[in-house]
Amino acid sequence: MSKQQMIVIGNGMVGHHFVEQFLASDAAADYQLTVFGEEPHVAYDRVHLSDYFNGSDADALCLAKPGFYDQDGVTLQLDEQVTGIDRDAKQVITPKGRYDYDTLVLATGSYPFVPPIPGNDNEAGLVYRTLDDLDAIRDAAARSKIGVVVGGGLLGLEAANALKSLGLKAHVVEFAPQLMGVQLDGEAGELLKSKIEDLGVTVHCSKATQQIVAGDSCRYKMEFSDGEALETDLIVFSAGIRPQDALGRESGLELGERGGIVIDSQCRTSDESIYAIGECALWNGQIFGLVAPGYTMAKTLAAYLNDEAAGFTGADMSTKLKLLGVDVGSIGDAHGRTPEALIYKYSNQAEGTYRKLVVSPDNKQLLGAVLVGDNSYYDTLLQYALNGLELPEQPDSLILPAMEGAAPALGADALPETATICSCLNVTKGQIVEAIDAGAVTVADVKEVTAASTGCGGCAALLKNVVDSELEQRGVEISNDLCEHFAYSREELYHLVRVEGIASFDELLKRYGKGLGCDICKPTVGSILASCWNDHIHELPHVGLQDTNDTFMANMQKNGTYSVVPRVPGGEITPKQLIALGMVADKYQLYTKITGGQRVDLFGATLNQLPLIWGELIDAGFETGHAYGKSLRTVKSCVGSTWCRYGVQDSVGMAIRLENRYKGLRAPHKIKFAVSGCTRECAEAQSKDIGVIATDKGWNLYVCGNGGMKPRHADLFATDLDDATLIQYIDRVLMFYIKTGDRLQRTSVWMENLEGGLAYLQDVVINDSLGLGQQLEQQMEHVVATYQCEWKSAINDPEKLKRFRQFVNDEREDPDLQVVEVRDQLIPA
Amino acid sequence: MSNPTELEWLSLCDKDDLIPGSGIAAWLDGEQIALFYLPGIGNEVFALSNHDPIANANVIARGITGSLEQQPVVASPLYKQHYRLDDGSCLEQPELTLKCWPVRLSGNRVEIGSDSPQVNAA
Repeated sequence: MSKQQMIVIGNGMVGHHFVEQFLASDAAADYQLTVFGEEPHVAYDRVHLSDYFNGSDADALCLAKPGFYDQDGVTLQLDEQVTGIDRDAKQVITPKGRYDYDTLVLATGSYPFVPPIPGNDNEAGLVYRTLDDLDAIRDAAARSKIGVVVGGGLLGLEAANALKSLGLKAHVVEFAPQLMGVQLDGEAGELLKSKIEDLGVTVHCSKATQQIVAGDSCRYKMEFSDGEALETDLIVFSAGIRPQDALGRESGLELGERGGIVIDSQCRTSDESIYAIGECALWNGQIFGLVAPGYTMAKTLAAYLNDEAAGFTGADMSTKLKLLGVDVGSIGDAHGRTPEALIYKYSNQAEGTYRKLVVSPDNKQLLGAVLVGDNSYYDTLLQYALNGLELPEQPDSLILPAMEGAAPALGADALPETATICSCLNVTKGQIVEAIDAGAVTVADVKEVTAASTGCGGCAALLKNVVDSELEQRGVEISNDLCEHFAYSREELYHLVRVEGIASFDELLKRYGKGLGCDICKPTVGSILASCWNDHIHELPHVGLQDTNDTFMANMQKNGTYSVVPRVPGGEITPKQLIALGMVADKYQLYTKITGGQRVDLFGATLNQLPLIWGELIDAGFETGHAYGKSLRTVKSCVGSTWCRYGVQDSVGMAIRLENRYKGLRAPHKIKFAVSGCTRECAEAQSKDIGVIATDKGWNLYVCGNGGMKPRHADLFATDLDDATLIQYIDRVLMFYIKTGDRLQRTSVWMENLEGGLAYLQDVVINDSLGLGQQLEQQMEHVVATYQCEWKSAINDPEKLKRFRQFVNDEREDPDLQVVEVRDQLIPA
Repeated sequence: MSNPTELEWLSLCDKDDLIPGSGIAAWLDGEQIALFYLPGIGNEVFALSNHDPIANANVIARGITGSLEQQPVVASPLYKQHYRLDDGSCLEQPELTLKCWPVRLSGNRVEIGSDSPQVNAA
């Protein structure tokens, strides 16, 4: 049988989700899918669009797994806009030709509504929906100081945040008397306004723009109906969305009065061969402008086409988000429109928090809720609302601050199997339990199997609770114990060492551990002691704690010999030093290779040779490079403004300064830095734990990237810093990592595991939300002040050199070492 | 291992050459021996072959010592398998065993029990 042709118009979030769902079904074998995308990009995450200005690129936002659209049975035609549908011939029309379909799926989404204001027809009229829109905003922002967003809804505030992160003075102009009128009541809107204004965004409510004219001090002037005016350099319109229903309209499909392609519960339009899903579709008189209902439609349609009983029955429009750093949550009937509904409110002006419950007249069911300032209540409230759980006798106990009498958060056990945990992907607790029964033992496993928490990510904490509690019930112990010798996590041990002033492993073991220790806890505690007190790692109490690399201050290779990497700060090296390195390598016949971190690695040194080699290197002015330690490795740099015609700052100078400051700092894992002299980023700073990129005003700081097995781009942490602030922030980030990181946890995983992630870390470091800033800086200052070159100290101490012998009772080298010559150098045989 | 009563005790090195809680390597007539010194634990000194059979490199003396389930062990510095100091057996791969020797502290000397008298003692 020849395959049926299915065409999907639109490769947005919902269109892509449908293709994923459908291809995974049995019915996929009977169809050949062709997907048309108007944009040049494969489906990307519009929910996290503002990340585009915070270091993410189109690839990072891409939703499709690599190779997804290369598989058999599906073809993706990007940059090809469908211009018409010929329903009689069952063909879609593009500028490139006509394509037959048996089944057609419209997932054309929506477009931003731009109010018809005289003067908005020039380049002032920017919108905020696609990556191209964002590029246009960025270009305009480069020529601007002030930016206005028209529209104070959810997307408008996101856009204002984007303008702010581009360095503009941002204003929000809203026609209604309050912000986020759909999700929030007046009181919440007022609080949100004041919190956002505290963050430097000016909010103008009840403003109707009459016309846009040329400005006096800025490019444009917006004139309002009340006679006032606002000058601005750019204007972004975010005044709501309209369903992209043009194809349906032109081809005569039934539309709603105010637009939207009418669908039934199987997502079928008035033409039985044509379906519509997502924001272009009108179900029961409603357009759903959120991703979760769109996903539900996609899933429903995929199931229906696979001959499963499925129907779309509406969707929960609850939302939880952080707008400009302010928590906002809205659940169900937020406005209390249900007749005779009971309202409970808690408002705290000092803290800037507001919570409201809308409860059924019998006081038993939660109908809706509003939160501003603290979303920690959201998960519990949403579960009450979605699952119709009976409220406690005093419903307000759910929103009162945690004190005696407050209701405990709804534990994962209390949820029924039918409870929806992830509303984006519509995953229930039952499905998570099933995944665990089938062998999943971590949150990551469960995510892989069920796709829970892979949409907006808002349910991550709840998902973890469910997984932990299910594992616990199955007798799987969630242990943070470091190993069998310490019933403590690394963070707890760090705390004990710091607070109790513990100076040695033996003391810590005697007071808080048992047994003799092992190759897990010894190096971990050795690292903690070094981070805290910075004694030489070869002092007698510490020497047995170190991995062989730290013990011999070199990197053991597969045949038991070592490689030697002297420090070359910033990658800057004089010809004389380079010659000295070459002479040493030549003399000891060391295999020589350039590293990725702009250093030179010398391989094949025996224990006996290490002190001799280092004697010569130290004489030539070299220091140890700590390539062997869980510590600062290199600070890579490009040549910067000293030579490069594009450089805007002295990146080499800054790299050397940073490398000399943090050299020798021991941490839960290795740490790499890079400094680029301009935005071309030749030092690849965004792939490092700490990345610094020069701007014409100072330095942009990126944190928590890495290369390796699972590469991760660093996140933009702060912009346009002066030298002192840059170093202050790096001090705090690194010491906070050392304080709270897990054993062998890179900064990337560490940050992802911090509840609140990047925003939390920024809060701790930039706003000093934990009041730790000064302490972290002092602790770093101690490490910096007590730095010593470990090789220099060792070479002058016969006691420390004792171990650098192959045999305690014989001068010979290891007779089993065999080498062969390859490309004029020696490698292990 | 030979019957202890027939052993000849040969001096390998001084007690001061040992590193408390850690290991060093010694040469014994073509054999490489890893000597570990754990003050207060059992016989206090332990002697295993310095050869790591998995990595095929002479590195056992440079591993980290400790205990697993109350048994004193050393972890290979290359691929981290654990060997019991008492009998050389490998915890992860039971088919592997490192050769071990009887060893004792005698005054300030470290002595190893051998049936061969030719020792290149320090």
